[in-house]
Amino acid sequence: MMLAFPLPRYLTPFLQAPALLALLWLLLALAGPWVAPYLPGEVVSTTVFAPISARHWLGTDYLGRDVLTRLLYGTSSTVLLCAASTVMACGAGAFLGMMAALKRGMTDTLLSRFMDGVISIPSLLSGLVAVATFGSSVPVLVLAMACIYLPGSYRTCRMLALSIVQKDFILAARMRGEKTSYLVVREILPNMAGPVLTDVGLRFIYAVRLLSNLSFLGVGLQPPQTDLGSLTRENLLGLVYGAPAVIAPALAIAFLTVGLNLALDGKGRHQ
Amino acid sequence: MNAKLGIAIARRLGASCVSLVFVVVAVFFITSALPGDVAQSLLGQAATPDAVAALRHSLRLDEPVLLRFASWAGGLLRGDFGMSLVSHQSVMSMVHERLLHSLLLAGITTLFAVPTALLLGTLSAIFRNTVFDRCVSVLTLCVVSVPEFLVATLAVLVFAVQLHLLPALASISDIHSIGSFLAAFSMPVATLGCVIVGQMARMTRAVMVNVLSSSWVEMAVLKGVSPTAIILRHVLPNVVAPLFNVMALSLSYLLGGVVIVESVFHYPGIASLMVDSVASRDIPLVQTCALIFCAAYLLLTTLADVVALFSTQERSRA
Repeated sequence: MMLAFPLPRYLTPFLQAPALLALLWLLLALAGPWVAPYLPGEVVSTTVFAPISARHWLGTDYLGRDVLTRLLYGTSSTVLLCAASTVMACGAGAFLGMMAALKRGMTDTLLSRFMDGVISIPSLLSGLVAVATFGSSVPVLVLAMACIYLPGSYRTCRMLALSIVQKDFILAARMRGEKTSYLVVREILPNMAGPVLTDVGLRFIYAVRLLSNLSFLGVGLQPPQTDLGSLTRENLLGLVYGAPAVIAPALAIAFLTVGLNLALDGKGRHQ
Repeated sequence: MNAKLGIAIARRLGASCVSLVFVVVAVFFITSALPGDVAQSLLGQAATPDAVAALRHSLRLDEPVLLRFASWAGGLLRGDFGMSLVSHQSVMSMVHERLLHSLLLAGITTLFAVPTALLLGTLSAIFRNTVFDRCVSVLTLCVVSVPEFLVATLAVLVFAVQLHLLPALASISDIHSIGSFLAAFSMPVATLGCVIVGQMARMTRAVMVNVLSSSWVEMAVLKGVSPTAIILRHVLPNVVAPLFNVMALSLSYLLGGVVIVESVFHYPGIASLMVDSVASRDIPLVQTCALIFCAAYLLLTTLADVVALFSTQERSRA
């Protein structure tokens, strides 16, 4: 496709397969609840674990609710919660990482030591501890995931920024007397946008895995809210009948995580 | 030379101890961030303020945080992990047997997964960019990107529901023969193994490709060394350290996987105990389980680094 006008270079990373795929899921998450044929809590059929039919495209669940509706709502909460926590984690990670790379010295050492300490706690474990302490609600889950994935993002951004800070154009900008904010926004960020966005994609996949795992264990999102993990959990009995109620959310998670990861992997191979 | 190695290892062990202290402090302060809530949530909504106050007093929640931390950490040093809030048994007695079960599961999985992963990773590095390599790459990518419970659910669907080959639950209490042992363990081990193999094979491939495309391997090929000799004499000594790192990192994924696998198959291990204690908000039990997991993770990474230090020592002497 030819574009009539040149795009700013910070937009080019958004025009690649992983980003387009992510935007598609985001669109689905935002539009899902609007196009859902029923209400998520509404019992619409007397048959439980009904197969695929014209009235219920993905059958009914263990209470006779419409699976497609619940799947759209579940996708919405999974994608939006994970996107929110990823944005928070990577935003804070990028900010702190660039600060550490620019300031060096004591700030860098203390921050890095602290982040190394946090990273040494497995993510599912931190999630469980957070839920045990603060109870499981949407803000707790989002904040916990943001804190869990912050150190990884910090490390990536610090490494990337460190290699950029040593380049001559940064030295030139510093000689010109540019402020730190100018250096960050105009010089460092545009030069690490590609790898950072790949990192954001990976953290998003980790977040989806963590939230789904927590919800599957019954300690993530609590009813009446649903996400893809809790949908799989509550319909697990349907496994015996091969009901679409349990297969659909499982497939949705697989499509979301594997699809995004394959796209990111393909992009990494090209670079 | 040896003194240098000793100092390096001592430094690494010191760093691990600092991390352990950090974890102990973090686990305690995070779990006691909301002091009043535990008593309230244990008694439920109908609790009278007097009852809550009495429970808080008996749980020593009304004391200052630092004092509680000191007595808790002192207890840890004496091997006293406190009492469960729900069952009123000592945490130590609840954890002890469960820990053995989990170690058994982890041990069997490691025995099976590590050779498989190393073989798969090495083969796809040797035959890189072939159809075999692409298949392995896509398959392992799928396994590592989906949540662990999906692999477990799929295994139940195929082997227990469709094929009726294996029981869907791991009942390890009535193991009398090799047959019942296999029946109880094959599903959890296979599920956990899948996750580990996927992770480890990918990292092994990366390490091997890195070495195989180095200039000294190219040199060996050019001077006519046989492929077997290249792998055994030139490549292997150089990948010991990174491979141990890969193993430690992947085995730490055991910790995440084991939580899911034990819950799905109702395996009576320490991870399912932790999930139950999170659901009932049994804080002392949560703290102990979290500490055991973090200590295991630290032990693995420390071990990998010490092995790496030894192997660089060996190579610099040779």
